[in-house]
Amino acid sequence: MSPSRARRPLPWLLLLLAPACAAQTAPPSKTTQAEKPAIADVSPPWEKRQSAAAGSEAPVPQGPPVLIRNATLMLATGKTIARGSILLDRGKIAAVSEGDLKAPEGARVIDGAGKFVTPGIIDTHSHLGVYPMLGAVGHSDGNEATSPVTPDAQTVDAFWPQDPGIERAVAGGVTTIQVLPGSANLVGGRAVTLKLRPALSPRQMHFPGAPDGLKMACGENPKRTYGGGRHTAPGTRMGNLAMQRRAFLDARKLEEDWVRYRSTEQQRTTDVRKKRAAYEAEVAAREEQKKKCADDPYLASCAEWKKSWDRPLDPPSPGEPTAPPSRDPAKETLIQAMQGKVLVHIHCYRADDMLAMLALADEVGFQVKSFHHALEAYKIRDVLAKRSISASTWADWWGFKMEAYDGIPENIALLQEAGAIPILHTDSEEGIQRMNQEASKALASGRRAGVALTDEDAIRWLTYNPAWALGIEKRVGTLEVGKDADVVLWDKHPFSVYASAEVVWIDGVTVHEKAKKGSPWSDFELGQDIGRPVPLLPGGAQ
Amino acid sequence: MSRSKWTGFFLAGFFAAGLFGTGAAAQPRPQPAQPAQPAAVKPIAVVGAKLHTGTGEVIEDGTIVIENGLIARVGKGVAVPAGAEKIDVKGAEVTPGLVDSLTAVGLVEVGLEPATHDDDQGGKDPIRAAFRAADGYNPASSVIGITRAEGVTSVGVIPTGGLISGQSAWADLAGAAAPDALAQSPLAMHVHLGALNDDRGGPASALLRLREVLDDARTFQKNRAAWERNQSRPFSASRLDLEALAGTLGGKVPVVFHVDRAADILSTLAVAKEMGLRPVIAGGAEAWKVAARLSAEKVPVMVNPIEPGPKSFDELGSRADNAALLHAAGVPVVITTGDTHNARKLRQLAGNAVRAGLPHEAAITAITRAPAEALGMGARYGTLAPGKVANLVVWSGDPLEISTRAVAVVIRGKRVELSNRQTALLARYRKLR
Repeated sequence: MSPSRARRPLPWLLLLLAPACAAQTAPPSKTTQAEKPAIADVSPPWEKRQSAAAGSEAPVPQGPPVLIRNATLMLATGKTIARGSILLDRGKIAAVSEGDLKAPEGARVIDGAGKFVTPGIIDTHSHLGVYPMLGAVGHSDGNEATSPVTPDAQTVDAFWPQDPGIERAVAGGVTTIQVLPGSANLVGGRAVTLKLRPALSPRQMHFPGAPDGLKMACGENPKRTYGGGRHTAPGTRMGNLAMQRRAFLDARKLEEDWVRYRSTEQQRTTDVRKKRAAYEAEVAAREEQKKKCADDPYLASCAEWKKSWDRPLDPPSPGEPTAPPSRDPAKETLIQAMQGKVLVHIHCYRADDMLAMLALADEVGFQVKSFHHALEAYKIRDVLAKRSISASTWADWWGFKMEAYDGIPENIALLQEAGAIPILHTDSEEGIQRMNQEASKALASGRRAGVALTDEDAIRWLTYNPAWALGIEKRVGTLEVGKDADVVLWDKHPFSVYASAEVVWIDGVTVHEKAKKGSPWSDFELGQDIGRPVPLLPGGAQ
Repeated sequence: MSRSKWTGFFLAGFFAAGLFGTGAAAQPRPQPAQPAQPAAVKPIAVVGAKLHTGTGEVIEDGTIVIENGLIARVGKGVAVPAGAEKIDVKGAEVTPGLVDSLTAVGLVEVGLEPATHDDDQGGKDPIRAAFRAADGYNPASSVIGITRAEGVTSVGVIPTGGLISGQSAWADLAGAAAPDALAQSPLAMHVHLGALNDDRGGPASALLRLREVLDDARTFQKNRAAWERNQSRPFSASRLDLEALAGTLGGKVPVVFHVDRAADILSTLAVAKEMGLRPVIAGGAEAWKVAARLSAEKVPVMVNPIEPGPKSFDELGSRADNAALLHAAGVPVVITTGDTHNARKLRQLAGNAVRAGLPHEAAITAITRAPAEALGMGARYGTLAPGKVANLVVWSGDPLEISTRAVAVVIRGKRVELSNRQTALLARYRKLR
C-alpha cells in the first residue's frame, strides 16, 4: 500500500456507506481493491419486485360524470337501497345516496327506475387470454406442462388481449378477473389480476396495486398430466405433496442463503469500519506522538515510539464482497408466497385434499388465500371459516371427475351460513358470461335447503369476496364512495335469468352498452363474418 | 338377419310401452303390440296450475288427469276421478317433462373416469353405426336422480366418438326401479362432423366417407342375397354397420349431424337429400345463417343457447340469438345441453334463449315438444295432451326462472322421488359432524 492513498481515505468511506450514493461517487477508472464498493445492494431481489405489472396505473378516465337515479342499488356492503342514486366521477364512485343527487355539469343522467346497480363482477378464476375462448392450438398458453413446478411462469407474459371472450365477459357485467395458469402443474406460476378494458397488452390492463397470485394445484390434474400421461413424477397425491413440499423447502433455503449473505456482508462492513477506525486512530496517535517528539526529542518514550513508526501502517483492506446467492425467479415467487406478498390460490376439490394442503401450508409456512373449485368445501366449512380461507367455487358443477363427485348445489350457501368466505368463480369462458345466474342458482339452492340468505350475500359472492381474495377489496367490490367506478347497470333484477347488463363501467368509462353494439373489441373478430356489423374503419360509420 | 335385428331394436320399446296403455297411436315408426296391462294404478290429478302445454298454448287454472301412466284429460274444469291422488298446486305452473335430446345421462357416471363410460365404442374405426347407446344404459346411475330433480324426465342418450358414432336411445328417467326405461332404440343415428377429430380430416373427408358408407348400405340392403353368397363387391364397413345404416335410408331413423359451420350445414343437407336421410342438425352454431334453407326443408336444429362465442373457426358466427333467429324463420328449434352432468341445467338454457329473444312458450316447446318431434317421438311425448306418456313437472313458478324449483316430477304417471345422492350428501352435512 502506498502511503499516498492512505492520505485520502474519504472516497473509500463514501463508497462504504450506501449503494444509493454509488452513482455520485463513481469509482475512478483506475479502480483498486480498496475503491470497490465494500457492500453491494443486499436487499433480496423479490423485495424489488412488487408484481408482474408493477407501476401500472389506470388510464385517465375519459367521458362525462354519470348519474344513475331511482335505481335499486345493491351495495354489496350488506345493504340495498331501494330507490337510490349513484354518481360516478373521475373514475371513482363520487356519491351514493338514498335520495336524489344533483347532476354535475355535463353529466350523463340515467333513469334507473326498475333497474339495478351492482359493483362490477370479479372472477377469481379465469383462463381468458391464456386459454382463449377461441380454442386454437396456437393460442393455448395456459399450462406450462413441461415440468410440474413452474412458479416462474406468469400469465401476464402469455395473456392474449385479443381474446374474443373478454368482450363477452364484460357484457355479462364482469370488470375484473384473475388470470391463472392451468392446473396441470403442482405450482403453475404467477396469476395476474386485470381490469377488462380493451388494450394491446395485459400490462395496460393490470389492476393497479393488485398483488400477484400464485396458482397451485392438488389432486387429480397434476398426477394425470405427469404420472398418468408421461410416467414422470408426480403420479400420486403422495407425489403431489412431496414435490410441493420440496419446492417450498428449496425456496426457503434460498431465502436463508439471502439472510446469511446479508448478515455476512453486514458483518464484513462492520469489521472493515472497525479496522478503519482503529487505523485512523493509530495514524492520529502517531502524528500526535511525532509532534510531541519533535517538540521534545529527548522525551524518554520517543525512542520507543520511533520503533513503532518504522512498522508499516497500511489502511485495512475492505476485502472482497461475498457473492450474492444467484437469482432464481421460481424460488423468489415461492418466498414471496411464504411472505404473503403473493397470494396463494389452490385448485383443490376434495375436503381431504384441502386439509392436506393446509397441513403442508402450516409445515412450510404459507397462507392459503382461496381454494379454487372447492366442491367439498361444505364438508370443512368450519375449518375454512376459522382460518379465513375463501372458497372459490361453482354453483352446480359436479361429476366431471372423481374429485368432483361430491359436489352439491348448496355448497356456497352452507359456507355462507358457517361464516366462511364463499366466492362464485367460473374457470370457464362461457360461465363468465352470466355469473349473475350462477350466483342466483347458488342462492336458490341454499334457500331451498333452508339457509337464510339475502340477495346481498349473493352479490358479495360475485364482488366483495373475490375482491378480498385478490387483495383489491379497498379499491373495488362494493358501491362505496371513493372506490373505483367499476359498476354494472342491470335491466332487471340480476338474479333473474332474463337479466342483462345494460351498461358496464370500468373506472367510470363505459366498456359495454347493450344498446350500442359497435365493432368487436377483438382484432381477431374484425373483418370476419361473425354476424355483427363490421365498420370499415375502427369507430367509423357502420 | 336384418329383420331380426330390427325386431331387436324395438324390444326395449316393447317393455317400455307396457306402462303407456293404448295411448301410443299414430306412431311414426313400427311399435310393438300391447302387452298385458299392469295392475291398475291410482289415477293422479294435478289441479289448479297454469299449464304450459308445450304446444305454445297456456291454460290458466288447468287440471291434468293421469291414468295408467298416460295423460287422460287436460284442460280447465276437467273432472277429477274418484279416488285419484290429488296434487293441488294452485299458483304453480306445469310443463311437460323436459327432454334433453343430446346427453350421456345413464351412459357416463364420471366424466374423466373412462371405466365409467358406455357411450363410445372405442377403437380406430370411425364407422360405428351398429353401436347402440341402449346397450350401455344404466338406469341406476346417480346422474339420473340428480337430473330429474330439475325436471328433466326424458333424455336422448347419444353415442360419441368416430365419424358415425352409433345409435342413440330415448330413456325416461324413471330410475333404478325401471330397467325398462328405454322407450326407443334406435332413436337416431349420430354423425359427428366438424373439426373435432384429426382422424376424420374435416367435414369434406367426413362427408366423403359418409357417402361411401351409405352407398354401401344401400347396395347391401338391395342385394343382401348376393352378399350372403359372397357375390357382392367389397364394402367399406362391417355387416352390422351396414345393417344399422339401412334403417336411416328412407328416413325411418333420423340422422343427427353434429355440425356447426354454415357451409358444412349446407353440405350436410345436400348429402342427406342425396341419400334420402331425415336430417337433424345438432350444435348448429351458425345455423342462423342458413335458417331459410333449414326452414324450407323443415330440418330441426338442436342448439345450446348458453351464450356463445367463437370457440372454434367453425363457430365464428356463433351468436346468442341463434335460437330466436331460427324460430323466427320457422325452423323447429330444440334446446339441448349436449352435456351429461349439466343436463339438469336445461331450463336455464331455455331461459337464456328467451333472454336473447326467443318467445317464452317457444322456449318451453324447445325443451319439450320439439325434441320429441325431431326424434320421431312426438306421438307419445312432449306435450300435455290426452294419450301422451304422463311425464310432467310441477314448478313453483316460471319454469325457466332460476329461483323456480320443481315441486313434483311425474314420470310415466308416477310421482318420482326428488331426493338423490346430492340431497343425501346435503342431509349428512347439513349439520357439521
